[in-house]
Amino acid sequence: MDFNDTPQEADYRAQVRAWLEDNAAEYREPAAESWKLPEFIARSKAWQAKKHAAGYTGITWPKMFGGQGLTPMHSIIYGQEESRFHVPQGLYSIGLGMCIPTVFTHGQPEVIQRYVPKALLGEEVWCQLFSEPAAGSDLAGIRTKAVKDGDEWVIDGQKVWTSFAHASDYGIVVTRTDPSQPKHKGLTMFIVNMKAPGVTVKGIKQMSGGSDFNEVFFDGVRVHDSHRLGAVGDGWKVALTTLMHERLAVGGKPRYAPGYETLMKLARGVEAPDGTPAIGASDVRQKIAQTYINDQGIKLTQMRALSALSKGQVPGPEQSISKVVVAKTMQDLASFALDLAGGDGFVAGADADPELAKLQGSYIGSAGLRIAGGTDEILRNIIAERVLGLPGDMRPDKDTPFNQSVAV
Amino acid sequence: MNFDFSDEAKELGEQAKKLLAERAGTGPARKAMAEGAAAMDAQLWKDIAELGWTAARVPEAHGGLGLSVEEVAQLAEAAGGSLAHVPLISTLLATEALVLAGTEAQQAKYLPGIASGETIATVAWSEQGINNPANVKTVAKGNALSGVKQPVADLAVANLVIVAAAGPDGPQLYIVDPAAAKVGAVETVDLVRRHGRLTLENTPAEPLGNAGDYQDWLDRAAIILAYEAIGTAGAAMAMGVDYAKTRAAFGQKIGRYQAVKHKCADMYIKLELARAHALHGLAMIGMNGPELRQAAAAARVASLDALAFCAEENVQLHGGIGFTWESDCQFYYRRNRTAVAALGPRGWWADRLVRALEQRNRAAA
Repeated sequence: MDFNDTPQEADYRAQVRAWLEDNAAEYREPAAESWKLPEFIARSKAWQAKKHAAGYTGITWPKMFGGQGLTPMHSIIYGQEESRFHVPQGLYSIGLGMCIPTVFTHGQPEVIQRYVPKALLGEEVWCQLFSEPAAGSDLAGIRTKAVKDGDEWVIDGQKVWTSFAHASDYGIVVTRTDPSQPKHKGLTMFIVNMKAPGVTVKGIKQMSGGSDFNEVFFDGVRVHDSHRLGAVGDGWKVALTTLMHERLAVGGKPRYAPGYETLMKLARGVEAPDGTPAIGASDVRQKIAQTYINDQGIKLTQMRALSALSKGQVPGPEQSISKVVVAKTMQDLASFALDLAGGDGFVAGADADPELAKLQGSYIGSAGLRIAGGTDEILRNIIAERVLGLPGDMRPDKDTPFNQSVAV
Repeated sequence: MNFDFSDEAKELGEQAKKLLAERAGTGPARKAMAEGAAAMDAQLWKDIAELGWTAARVPEAHGGLGLSVEEVAQLAEAAGGSLAHVPLISTLLATEALVLAGTEAQQAKYLPGIASGETIATVAWSEQGINNPANVKTVAKGNALSGVKQPVADLAVANLVIVAAAGPDGPQLYIVDPAAAKVGAVETVDLVRRHGRLTLENTPAEPLGNAGDYQDWLDRAAIILAYEAIGTAGAAMAMGVDYAKTRAAFGQKIGRYQAVKHKCADMYIKLELARAHALHGLAMIGMNGPELRQAAAAARVASLDALAFCAEENVQLHGGIGFTWESDCQFYYRRNRTAVAALGPRGWWADRLVRALEQRNRAAA
């Protein structure tokens, strides 16, 4: 066994590294203070255009859609190298990670021609409009409706938790086009112009204080039939393509999240109940060990998947455990460390110790991470059903016409 | 990046699982726990030796196949999953000590017998009143040992025992001929694998390596035992999941209920974490990597966690029937205690992990 690149991988890594050294120099250090939205968008667009010109966008996409036609391993190597810099990140992850692959898989040729190149270049930003107030874990419970009117569809309803809707030019939206069908049928997906009349985006303030996502209201929004993705009534199948890409994207421990080292450092400066340094206390050492086992275990599990990819094989299902482990481990570690710090762990803002402030951020952020992109509970269902082959959850409304189980 | 077993090791693992599925498993284990049953399945042991499993790790110069710890790990997982009533794990652990720390002369003397299957070997570290392998009280005076070792796995059938005793520089390993000591039986919670008591009274012994080698052996033993535990945990999980697919309650298969399926998902999660760390340990042995100590300790802790959870929740998934003597749940449940006794408890290994991390951090600073 070894952790080395193959010669081809090493060549590509060297090429990427050299390019980043020359082109990402201004992002070598983290920004002194976080960028305001307009600056973040401007920097994101400039960086994406630079990457695009150098052939580092759409790395795994087919060449016919403007991609590089390379393997997932190339994309991973690029990501690993880029993560050594503090380039603007996130504006395109949903659009290019999920929306556009859905567009070029299910869209009509002229639509692909119109939207894909501009998205890849970063000129246009995309968002994904799936979740609704009554359709979260039960995503197929979508109520936003689209009604055919000549060559157009008229969309009415509400979406929620839409990341970057406030910065987006276009979105992909799942709607109910036939409420007399059972819930997973009768759905249809469209491309929607986020600047069209009748679209209202309203920011949601999260418990962390940040505003990463939005409510989006549709009030008589008109979409041409050419902007339909997949057949009428096939929206669920199309959405599964998108979600498949999401599952690949959401995974490891966020870069900002404290790990076992933080607890180790903290415990050296805090006293245990008996007056000795807390680093010697058995419960502290057990927590350090458990955090290492969970976080490092996920890293190693992802390396098992990478190893398979590197050999041109399809990774096993083991990756499906990542987020469910990482998010809860983050929460437990932060909670334990803040407990240990006593009142100091509670003092926030300008009076706070910076390390403890990071733990507070992690404590609050992890509560969201346990829900985003599939709750702990839904992910356990997926592991049980798809990996272990247990029967599907009970879904009493599965075969009932949607308009008989819900008033729409 | 190549972070996976070699194809050869996987092939050996498949072969072992297939044979043990036919010849071992809970049926034979039940026979083995009957009163008056033999201390091992002698025919299975003979066949295993003929297939070269005991020779796998022995260098070619000493009559073995000269394979890596990856093959040993595959055999350990297969043995753990099948509850095979043979002293395979004990012999593999002792072999690892001889391969790691034995002089040329010691290897030439002991390894050919292990390779052929004639020598059955085991390791004895545990004693009354101690709970971890760093704490042994048995003393070495020159080349003679005094102390009482118990419980020692497979002692009744062993003709070579590797004993941990307090040497000049701390605990280390010694080679003892059990015929020169007093051997008795000890009852344990595990009703299949027999354990014994080895009484040493100025018993002649050969030092096997030094105190540092003992620590290195502990790392390797932790990884081999992690694979045994992963095998047993995997079998317990499979049994529980199978039951959840067939047992119905309230008009549904119980596997449809989230309380049940989330338990099964948690079994899988713990098992995959254990696999990740155990594989890391194997990679560190193969690459002579600096993270071996932490990887081994993490593999030990994660595998004990996986086994405890899978074995306990397998009984729970079965409900009342799982608590009966006739149910096979008890084999995995009891084997969970065997796994802890084999190399010391979770807490000590978790602390060893943190010590290794502290050392790495100091070295990096």
